[in-house]
Amino acid sequence: MGTNSLGQDVFSQLVYGTRVSLLVAFAAGILTTFISLVVGITAGYLRGIADGILNWITNVFIVLPGLPLLIIVSSYWNTKSEWPIILIISMTSWAYGARSLRAQTLTLRERDYVLHARLVGRSWWKVVGTEILPNMLSLVISGLLFSMIGALLAEAGLDFLGLGNVNTVSWGVMLYWAQNNEAMVNGLWWWFVPPGAAIAIFGGALALINFSIDEITNPRLRRKKVKLNG
Amino acid sequence: MYILKRFLFYVSIFWAAITLNFILPRMMPGNAASSVIARARGQMPPQAIKALELAFGINNHTPMIKQYFGYLWNTLHGDFGVSFTYFPEPVVQVIRSALPWTLFLIGSSTILGFLIGTVLGIYSGWRRDSMLADGAPSLLFMILNSIPQFWVALVFLFILSYKLGWFPIAHAYDISIPVTFSWQFVLSVLYYATLPLLALVITSLGGWSIGMRNNLVSVLSEDYIMLAHMKGLPDRQIMMNYGARNAMLPQITGFALAIGGIVGGAVVVEVVFSYPGIGYALYQAVSNHDYPLMQTIFLIIVIAVLLANFLVDVLYSWLDPRVADV
Repeated sequence: MGTNSLGQDVFSQLVYGTRVSLLVAFAAGILTTFISLVVGITAGYLRGIADGILNWITNVFIVLPGLPLLIIVSSYWNTKSEWPIILIISMTSWAYGARSLRAQTLTLRERDYVLHARLVGRSWWKVVGTEILPNMLSLVISGLLFSMIGALLAEAGLDFLGLGNVNTVSWGVMLYWAQNNEAMVNGLWWWFVPPGAAIAIFGGALALINFSIDEITNPRLRRKKVKLNG
Repeated sequence: MYILKRFLFYVSIFWAAITLNFILPRMMPGNAASSVIARARGQMPPQAIKALELAFGINNHTPMIKQYFGYLWNTLHGDFGVSFTYFPEPVVQVIRSALPWTLFLIGSSTILGFLIGTVLGIYSGWRRDSMLADGAPSLLFMILNSIPQFWVALVFLFILSYKLGWFPIAHAYDISIPVTFSWQFVLSVLYYATLPLLALVITSLGGWSIGMRNNLVSVLSEDYIMLAHMKGLPDRQIMMNYGARNAMLPQITGFALAIGGIVGGAVVVEVVFSYPGIGYALYQAVSNHDYPLMQTIFLIIVIAVLLANFLVDVLYSWLDPRVADV
């Protein structure tokens, strides 16, 4: 794949950059899912005042525009490592998951088996752990995959704008340097095509897994079309 | 009653956003404002320093709470100070000249993406057993949907502008043409918008199409669809009047929200094409530490999103009166 402006091998950078990009995608994905689980289940299970407050916060974060907020917050934060980015991405993207998990918890907690578990006096964390969580696993996993894709794209965008940690190599940072060193004008396509393609392939793969999970767990999507007048 | 409740909710979010704007710079390690002043020592005009001090509450000994109310007062009166990047233009002026470009570019690409994507989604949802109508396009869209928009823009720019020379490489119109409503100017604007439009539409098609497809497939498994089949209604009528119509509601919500997102929509794509819209201005503000401009753009984006959300609520309670009962 040739070399970059400093004579560094693009292929090695691409492989090395995988670490940072995937770290951000995985870590931010997991953290995002964790926050939405905690907020969603707590709100849905406790209801009352706690639900009112948490639901308000969730709705605020849903409405506040993600990327602009991300850009502004990270411009204040001088980043020397990936963790602030991971933190900021998670902070700005947990709300959607929290909302759907809350809705799911609200319906699940009224089911007979959950009522039964509560009536026989099991502690709340046992009820949540054994009756509620397993029943929303597919929702959680799909949320996880979505937030991983989101984090991957967000990180690429931030790095491209030079707002990430440009001292390490990630796919987004490679795009940043390609742009800064005028890859376009000089016809150096191998500076920016490989990292973008890597993001596309990885993001596409995650989306495909998500789609398959949807097909398997959603009976309505699985059922064949009824055809009677054919 | 429901509408009023939603309205109050949005007012509370607006307050949260304004407050966030107040807190953020004060929470950051070091002092953002003083570092800007220090860097521009001697070169920064007094108005700019004053604007900074006002925005950040430095160099004055008024208590925090008083600063906060002063800040609220200024914001609510549309007093956002002076932009550093475009000095001595006031922030409001910068936004006024950037906003139309973003509304035009992101607006038209959102509408195009929505229309084309929804139609494709109806088609693939209806013919979901076909590899050609559903399988292949769904796969393609799924992948397109997880590619960074700005990278697609970069690739288009490289091939179609730099290599083939078919399209301009930057800006929104030919600067040798005077900015008037002449045919020449309009055509130039359209010509310059082609590539960013293409990149935005192609990457957003998939989301609309897959969303519509999944809604439609769900709706098609309902009993009344089976009844319609049994009554012997023509396929086309079932597809449009029974299927697509009922599957549209979530799409319309999504569309209204996307309209709200237009203002803050495609920061990175605007940067790639140096398109002089809000996203590009935000980028300029961020890279020049132009805090007043940055904060104001954020507020404008928030207002747009809130307005769109409120409209969705009104629309929804009208289309589906059940929501107002909850």
